[in-house]
Amino acid sequence: MVKGKQSILFDKAVYIEETACIVGQKEGEGPLGGSFDIVVEDPMFGSKNWEEAESRLQEMAMDKLLSKTQVPREQIRYIFAGDLLGQLIATSFGLKKYDIPVFGLYGACSTMGEAMSLGAITISGGCADNVVAMASSHFASAEKQFRFPLEYGNQRPETSTWTVTGCGAVMLTAQSQPVSIKGITTGKIVDFGVKDSMNMGACMAPAAADLITANFKDLEVDEKYYDRIITGDLGVVGRKILLDLLREKGYDLSSNHMDCGIEIFDAKNQDTKAGGSGCACSAVTLCAYILKNMKNRKWNRVLFIPTGALLSTVSYNEGKSVPGTAHGVILERQA
Amino acid sequence: MKEENINEQQRNRQYNEYVKQVAPKASCLANCVKAFITGGLICTLGQIFIAVYMENGMSKEDAALWTTLSLVLLSVILTGFNIYPLITTWGGAGSLVPITGFANSVAAPAIEYKKEGQVFGIGCKIFTIAGPVILYGILTSWVAGLLYMLVQWGAGR
Repeated sequence: MVKGKQSILFDKAVYIEETACIVGQKEGEGPLGGSFDIVVEDPMFGSKNWEEAESRLQEMAMDKLLSKTQVPREQIRYIFAGDLLGQLIATSFGLKKYDIPVFGLYGACSTMGEAMSLGAITISGGCADNVVAMASSHFASAEKQFRFPLEYGNQRPETSTWTVTGCGAVMLTAQSQPVSIKGITTGKIVDFGVKDSMNMGACMAPAAADLITANFKDLEVDEKYYDRIITGDLGVVGRKILLDLLREKGYDLSSNHMDCGIEIFDAKNQDTKAGGSGCACSAVTLCAYILKNMKNRKWNRVLFIPTGALLSTVSYNEGKSVPGTAHGVILERQA
Repeated sequence: MKEENINEQQRNRQYNEYVKQVAPKASCLANCVKAFITGGLICTLGQIFIAVYMENGMSKEDAALWTTLSLVLLSVILTGFNIYPLITTWGGAGSLVPITGFANSVAAPAIEYKKEGQVFGIGCKIFTIAGPVILYGILTSWVAGLLYMLVQWGAGR
């Protein structure tokens, strides 16, 4: 059922059946290290280059999901997947062997939210019984694509974030499971004219604030409706801005807001500056941490909001700002 | 519509001001001290090279040349072992500005883009970082040479 301007509450429920996540060594050494399905120490993941390594990440996550899930492989109707690389090469090379129809998505670091939203719409609309939503990122391939070659020495500003190496995948299904996707709120592209690609938290915070406000208005609720409101990769700078922006609008999220980018690394000891980022940041935190806490009934209702900074080196060099976007997914623990 | 544009511009300006206030900044003094130490150590190392080369019978000019080559070689080797970036992470401009930093900026793309082939990888992309320095360095020296020629010509008349 359509709610308000940009939200949907699903008439036919959509459930999360199983998850799989894989990360690199640094993430494995972080605060959530013990919760990931697979931690791989080799940053190349046994491949010849960074792009292939990221494809391998997707492949390993998908293999893990297939081994964990009860859904037979031939009953997976679609995969909704994306990454950060040009022309989505991590996705296209990572998923080609599965012989399952794929929708390739680009939402920068918000891709996991976009994939889950579209997957849920597809199932709720009766167009599929089981779909996979997944997203990956790799520190080295992202640095190469958006910044400098890895061996080039430079100093990272305090506002910068560290791209998470990993891949998270969830199996969405029409069959009843403990955690459901109750609804979604789809984000607009919000641009407050920030031109600092090393402060992506500031680029994305207005989009996250816009999405949260829209969700509250559409559903006619406020911040107390959720046990947790969890953004993707705003980092400490973005979180502060988000809380300030929402306070201006009359909402106080200081007690129930969380950010995957802050949770995934130990900023002090791992020198990750403002926090983690990348598609995998929210995707693996969802699988390893958020959904586990929901299954254990620690949280019953969560607004999960992967955030994306729509950065391109071309538009950036041409003097354009970095717009932000966000995709909200309402997760609910069944009674 | 026009008013909306002005409002948006104003909103963006206010937001960017606000972001500037809340964004944490690295300590400028600490960075300067670290850069001073790192740069100083690299220069000291260069001085040691010169002394050793001259000790072994090289002229001062030859020793300076060999020192440059030695520092570049050392930087490239450290880049290959992924140690140079660690030095720069700590030392900042102290290791970016000397010739070792320049060597690092050429070696790093060579390593990274090797996977894309000898021609389109290394060949096309080796100067992605150092390219501007080379281009504008040559342009500036050309302009300086031209000025020097004009001054000489003027003085000769």
